[in-house]
Amino acid sequence: MASLKDVKSKIGGVKKTSQITSAMNMVAAAKLRGAQAKMEKFRPYAAKFNQAMGNLSSGMDSGAFPLMEAREVKAVELVVVTSDRGLCGSFNANIINTAEKLLRKYQAEGKKVSLVCIGKKSISKLRKTGLVRKQYADLMGTFQMFNARTIAQDVAENFLAGESDLVQLIYGKFHSVGVQRPDTLALLPIQPAAQAAEAAVAKGDYLYEPSPEQIMEVLQPLYLNVMVYHAMLEVSAGENAARMTAMDNATKACSDMIHNLTLVYNKVRQSSITAELMDIVGGAEALKG
Amino acid sequence: MAERIQLEVVTPSGPVVSDTVDIVTAPGVDGEFGVLANHAPFLSTIKIGALTYKQGNTSEILMVSGGFCEVSNNKITFLVEAAERGRDIDIERALRAKERAEKRLAAAQRQEENLSQARAEAALQRAIARLKVSQAAK
Repeated sequence: MASLKDVKSKIGGVKKTSQITSAMNMVAAAKLRGAQAKMEKFRPYAAKFNQAMGNLSSGMDSGAFPLMEAREVKAVELVVVTSDRGLCGSFNANIINTAEKLLRKYQAEGKKVSLVCIGKKSISKLRKTGLVRKQYADLMGTFQMFNARTIAQDVAENFLAGESDLVQLIYGKFHSVGVQRPDTLALLPIQPAAQAAEAAVAKGDYLYEPSPEQIMEVLQPLYLNVMVYHAMLEVSAGENAARMTAMDNATKACSDMIHNLTLVYNKVRQSSITAELMDIVGGAEALKG
Repeated sequence: MAERIQLEVVTPSGPVVSDTVDIVTAPGVDGEFGVLANHAPFLSTIKIGALTYKQGNTSEILMVSGGFCEVSNNKITFLVEAAERGRDIDIERALRAKERAEKRLAAAQRQEENLSQARAEAALQRAIARLKVSQAAK
C-alpha cells in the first residue's frame, strides 16, 4: 500500500492539474466568444457575396471561365484546415481522419493527390504522407482576410496550371458549442449552380461595368478568399469550443480523482493509526507482564 | 422630399454603413460613378478610393479598398475588403503607412519581385486614398 506521503503528493499534483485545466477552459471560452463575434460579423458579407455571385453567374456560360472549368479529374488537391494547438479533444483528429479517408479513396481510384495544410496539427500529422505541397502555420490566432487570400491565390494558381482538377476543402464546422463536425466542401472548379438556385429569385437585367466577364474575373478569386476565410473562422471557433468541452471534462475527471485519492488517503491514515495503537497497546501489555 | 436610396457598406469584419441617402458616388474600375434613387440594377467592381454619400445637407466620405457593388431594388450594397470613415482615419498612421509602402515598393522594384511589388503598390494606393479621404473629411 502506498505511503501517506505518496498519496498526499499525488493529490497535490492532481489539484494543480485541475487548476490548469479549469484556467484553460476559461481562456478557451473567452477566445470562443471572440471567434464567434468575428463569425457573426463576417456572415452578412458572405451572404451578400454569395447572392451577388449567384445573380451574376446565373446569366453566364460557365465554360468561359478557367476557374469554373470542370475537367476530367486526374489530380485532386485537399486543403485541410485544422488548429495550431492541441488539447481540444478529438476536434483535429476528426478533421485529419476525414482527410485521410478521402486521401485513400482518391488514391484507390488511381488519382494523384496533393495536400495543402493549414494549421500545425494537420502539418505534423500529414507530413509523413509526403504529399504536402504547401503548409501554413500560425495563421489561426491573428488570421485576417489577406492570409486567406495568399492561400486562395496559391490554390487557384495550382488549379489553373493543371496540377489539380478538383480541390476539396476539409475543415471543422462549428455547429454549436457542443457539436463540431468535420465538413468537406468542393472549392474548385467553382460550381455556380447551387448558388444560382438560391439567387434566381432576385435575378434581374443588370447593367455591368465593366463587362460581366471582367467582373466575374474579379469575383472568382474573391469567392475563393471568402470560402477559405470562412473555413478558417469556423475552425477557430470550433477549436475553442472543443477545447472548452475537453478542458471541462478534464477538470471533472480531476475532481473525481481527487475524491478517490482522498478516500485512499483516509484509509491509509486510518490503518497507520491502527498499527500505531496496536504497537502502543502491545508495548504496554509487555511491560505489565 | 426627394426619394432616397438604401446604402449598405459591408466588409468581412462587419457592416460599416447602413443608411438611407440621397446620392452615392463611388470609385468604379472604369471611373467614378454616381447612383441616385431608383437606379437600374447595376453591378460594378470597385477600386481603392473614396466613396461619398449625401444625406440632405450633410455629406460623408469613406475610404474603400477593392471589392464590388450591387444596385437592385433601390438598394446599393458595397462589398469591400475594408472601409473606413474619413473622420476616423488616423492621419499620422496613414502617413507612416505611405512611407513604409514607398520604401517597400522601391525595395521590391530593385529586386524585381512582382508579387511583393504588386502588394506594395496596393498598400501605397490605400495609404494615398486614406490621406485624400481624411483631408476631404475636414
